[in-house]
Amino acid sequence: MFDFYFHLPLIVRLVLQAIAVILFMFPVAAACSMAERKVCAWIQNRPGPNRTIAPIGGLLTPLGIVGRIPFLGPFLQQMGIFQLAADGGKFTFKEDPVPAHVNKFYFILAPIVAMIPALTTVAVVPVGAYYAVVNGQTILQPIVLANVDIGLLAVFAVSSLGVYAVILAGWASNSKYAFLGGVRASAQLVSYELAMTLSVLPSFLWMNKPGGQGTLSLFDAVQMQNGVWHGFSMASLHGMWGVFYMPISAFIFLVALFAETNRAPFDMAEAESELVAGFHTEYGAFKWSLFFLAEYCHMIIGSAVCILLFFGGWNILPWIPLTTLIDWLSHFIPFAAHPLFMGLVGIGIFVGKVFSFIFFFMWVRWTLPRFRYDQVMHLGWKKLLPLSIANLIFYTLGIALLQK
Amino acid sequence: MSSDIFFYLFAAFTTGTALAVVLTKNTVASALSLLLCLVGVAGVFILLDAFLLAALMVFVYAGAVVALFLFIIMLLDAQGGDRKPFKKTAYVSGGIAFALLVVGVLSFWKSGQQTTGELGSIVPVGSTLKNYGEQLFTTYLLPVQIVGFLLLIAMLGVIVLSKKFEGLEDIK
Repeated sequence: MFDFYFHLPLIVRLVLQAIAVILFMFPVAAACSMAERKVCAWIQNRPGPNRTIAPIGGLLTPLGIVGRIPFLGPFLQQMGIFQLAADGGKFTFKEDPVPAHVNKFYFILAPIVAMIPALTTVAVVPVGAYYAVVNGQTILQPIVLANVDIGLLAVFAVSSLGVYAVILAGWASNSKYAFLGGVRASAQLVSYELAMTLSVLPSFLWMNKPGGQGTLSLFDAVQMQNGVWHGFSMASLHGMWGVFYMPISAFIFLVALFAETNRAPFDMAEAESELVAGFHTEYGAFKWSLFFLAEYCHMIIGSAVCILLFFGGWNILPWIPLTTLIDWLSHFIPFAAHPLFMGLVGIGIFVGKVFSFIFFFMWVRWTLPRFRYDQVMHLGWKKLLPLSIANLIFYTLGIALLQK
Repeated sequence: MSSDIFFYLFAAFTTGTALAVVLTKNTVASALSLLLCLVGVAGVFILLDAFLLAALMVFVYAGAVVALFLFIIMLLDAQGGDRKPFKKTAYVSGGIAFALLVVGVLSFWKSGQQTTGELGSIVPVGSTLKNYGEQLFTTYLLPVQIVGFLLLIAMLGVIVLSKKFEGLEDIK
């Protein structure tokens, strides 16, 4: 069915995949910005953007006509969908000045550097699974752009390059606020990377049995959480989600993720009350929106990795993996095991989980106050890092004893 | 072969950016050239099928070490440009280093091709995670430990040099 696709030259396929990533990530990240405003409004007990509607006439006529459909139109208006379109239009067409006192080359380079790691990491994150027949055997295959053995390391490696966007923006802006924001943010990103990396290691200690082929693949991390409930036994541990037997790892990973994505309570990079807008004080219009989109892309990728490692990936509930769900569904729907249907169900579950994580991010942002800078450093180096090292040693010993 | 073209591309890229590191006057540009140089080295590692090394190279050096360099440059507001003229010892040591480099490259050029044999027949050690870990913990355990101790000594040295001790109470 998809043969025509696999017969295309490799370079065409790669370009198509890259376009697919951009076409998916840009609208989703933009929608997240709208969701942020609505969630914030909801938490603060106010309606949020609910007035904007597209005009009839001009380029926006199709949107305007949608807005005039009874029930659907007012509903979309209430949800702020047209506000989103207006924001997007504004950022795209607004004048984009470059201040006279900046270092122009690096000033323009910084938003580009922000986007590249944010969009590149999507390639190695699996989003679903399907049955495929390989050499006569039906096995589960991941839906992923690049199924690499070192998946997690690749995500960490590429996303750690995101720090340069902040440093460059802060330095090139040639302004004290931006500079302080950049310095603070880079120190924070480097500090929390350590705790984050150490916190995921127990997960791979469980996966890589002695004598087996070593793997850092994110698909295998989900396979590990694929088991079915068979009563209280060691076998049913297999189907547990990582968060149940590695709660501290999951917690450290989540906290470090907040810090790595510069989200409140760790938004040292921006800190509106202290630094105007931190590293992007001098940016406006499209360049600023690129920073903004990159932050949401990082949030999406970070949540996706957290879900793959600790929250069961595309499995709907603990001990009910996707395969069981598909078997059950095939009683009602004859084509349930078809790769396309199964893939869509898996992606649906996965994306649903990602969105609930994004909601959690927003919830925390609009609930907790910001840490002071020394508190951030104290938490990172004196609390999280020793905790993650102790956690790693505990699981190393525990797994060694269990597998004896 | 296409991988040959990629090798020449990455080699030229790495050498060019490495030269830029020492030749640019702007310290930030210099650090960023170092970043690009390390990414180029990671590319060469990928061509050698050492994906793990490539990822670690990007993760550790490009992602953290150069970021710290930039951080320090910005924190101290270090400016490039004027520097003192080289001392005589610097010229001598530079000359010796260059001579050694020339000897090294020449020896590779002379005898490197004969001893390596068929490239396809060599099993790359670092190609899989398992091989890599096994080698690191058996054959190369001593070098790893020594390097680890070197890093520890450097770290302790930094603490001793940078922290101001006022009396014996602080040292305890």
